[in-house]
Amino acid sequence: MIDQGDTAWMLTSTALVMLMTPGLALFYGGLVRSKNVLATMMQSFICLGIVSIIWVAYGYSLSFGTDIGGLIGNFKWLGLAGVGMEPGPYASTIPHLLFCAFQLMFAIITPALITGAFAERMKFSAFILFVVLWSTFVYLPVCHWVWGGGWLGSLGALDFAGGTVIHINSGTAALVAALVIGKRKGYKTLPIYPHNLTMTFLGASLLWFGWFGFNAGSALASDGTATLAFFTTQIATGTAALSWILTERIIRGKPTTLGAVSGAVAGLVAITPGAGFVGPGSAILIGLIAGILCYSAVLLKERLGYDDSLDVVAVHGIGGLWGALATGLFASFGAAGLFFGNAHQLFVQAIGALSAIAFSGIMTLLILLLIKSTIGLRVSEDSEVQGLDVSEHGETGYSLM
Amino acid sequence: MKKIEAIIKPFKIDEVKAELQNIGVTGMTITEVRGFGRQKGHKEIYRGAEYEVDLIPKIKVEVAVSTDMVRDVVDAIIRTAKTGKIGDGKIFITSLEEVIRIRTGESGNEAV
Repeated sequence: MIDQGDTAWMLTSTALVMLMTPGLALFYGGLVRSKNVLATMMQSFICLGIVSIIWVAYGYSLSFGTDIGGLIGNFKWLGLAGVGMEPGPYASTIPHLLFCAFQLMFAIITPALITGAFAERMKFSAFILFVVLWSTFVYLPVCHWVWGGGWLGSLGALDFAGGTVIHINSGTAALVAALVIGKRKGYKTLPIYPHNLTMTFLGASLLWFGWFGFNAGSALASDGTATLAFFTTQIATGTAALSWILTERIIRGKPTTLGAVSGAVAGLVAITPGAGFVGPGSAILIGLIAGILCYSAVLLKERLGYDDSLDVVAVHGIGGLWGALATGLFASFGAAGLFFGNAHQLFVQAIGALSAIAFSGIMTLLILLLIKSTIGLRVSEDSEVQGLDVSEHGETGYSLM
Repeated sequence: MKKIEAIIKPFKIDEVKAELQNIGVTGMTITEVRGFGRQKGHKEIYRGAEYEVDLIPKIKVEVAVSTDMVRDVVDAIIRTAKTGKIGDGKIFITSLEEVIRIRTGESGNEAV
């Protein structure tokens, strides 16, 4: 039975989550050098095209079609056959097609998140191929495991809005990608500055705004759980922005704007899996630790020396991992975590996180090695110096005249 | 005729400009430049990465004047641009072979 309130809210949420991908493009675009701004934004933006087609063709069916062995969905909704205006099996009060559209937006932003790891050096053709293969062989299975009736969901792993499916998954892929593609030319020897932090600020703000759709929309209804998720999202995010700059102030002496917005994103990531399961007090703790932990992970990257250019691993990987475990600690609405008498939940959360890390890590490695040995991953050294805007797209982001 | 180039602290430009107008300088050109001298740079931090910024923003003032005005112009710049701290900048004076006003074709002291 279609509920108009639920349908209205889910249409709105779907549009909000869509906006996160251009928001991410702005966030990342400001962090790179001006010669790579368009190429960087393009990598996020074009996912809106590629993944949409995949989703209609076979993506939705493999993620959410009838379960095969806990691992993947079947082909029954190929070409979205039978996915229409009546409610489907996953949400009884909204059109099946709307649930499908909402899930599509998650599938779009996940590969877009990874682009921060190999920013400023990947060939556009290699990138397109990567998105097609990664979405197909990594996103669709992991999404199925957790949300589509697969083994992790059956095991009782809690992932309200995608901490494991989206953030641990993309964060792990980012680590592998940064290692396989190698450092940017001049990394650690030449200064590589963000070229427009105001753009990054705007992008982070759009992410925060869109995330209300991401988290509160994941209730799949316009109800109390959606409200709880909405509220915990706000609280954890604000807290993480503060805790990041506070840690920065103590360690480096100055609280930075980039730190505030990075902290906010870390908070958004961390609250995602528990948004509809934890209370506001827990959200403060989750955000507090997310800011400190993700900032520490950024510092650790500097020591380890791999070039995860825009810190996808530190923010999404570590933030997502913390969020998944925190859900196992703090869940108190509709589930119980360790602090509410159910230690088993933490164990299940850890299994979920670790299996996503293992699967995403191995599959991403295979995909990247395949591309590397066929069409190649990186632009030429010349193109890298010239900038990807000109070499890959034949245009420049800024001009004086 | 001489060309006077002064590299000064950016926040001093308004005072310098006003004083030069005061003593009768009728035109000037300024450029935002970066450079280093004895003044130390500053540290910029982007997430985990620290950069030492040693090319510091300055403003370059260029004025063309008749030779008899050089002393007055130099004094005016020193008077207004000086803070007494490292990084106040430098003044360079070079001889000008010719100056031509494009609109009228006037040249020499008429044109400066």
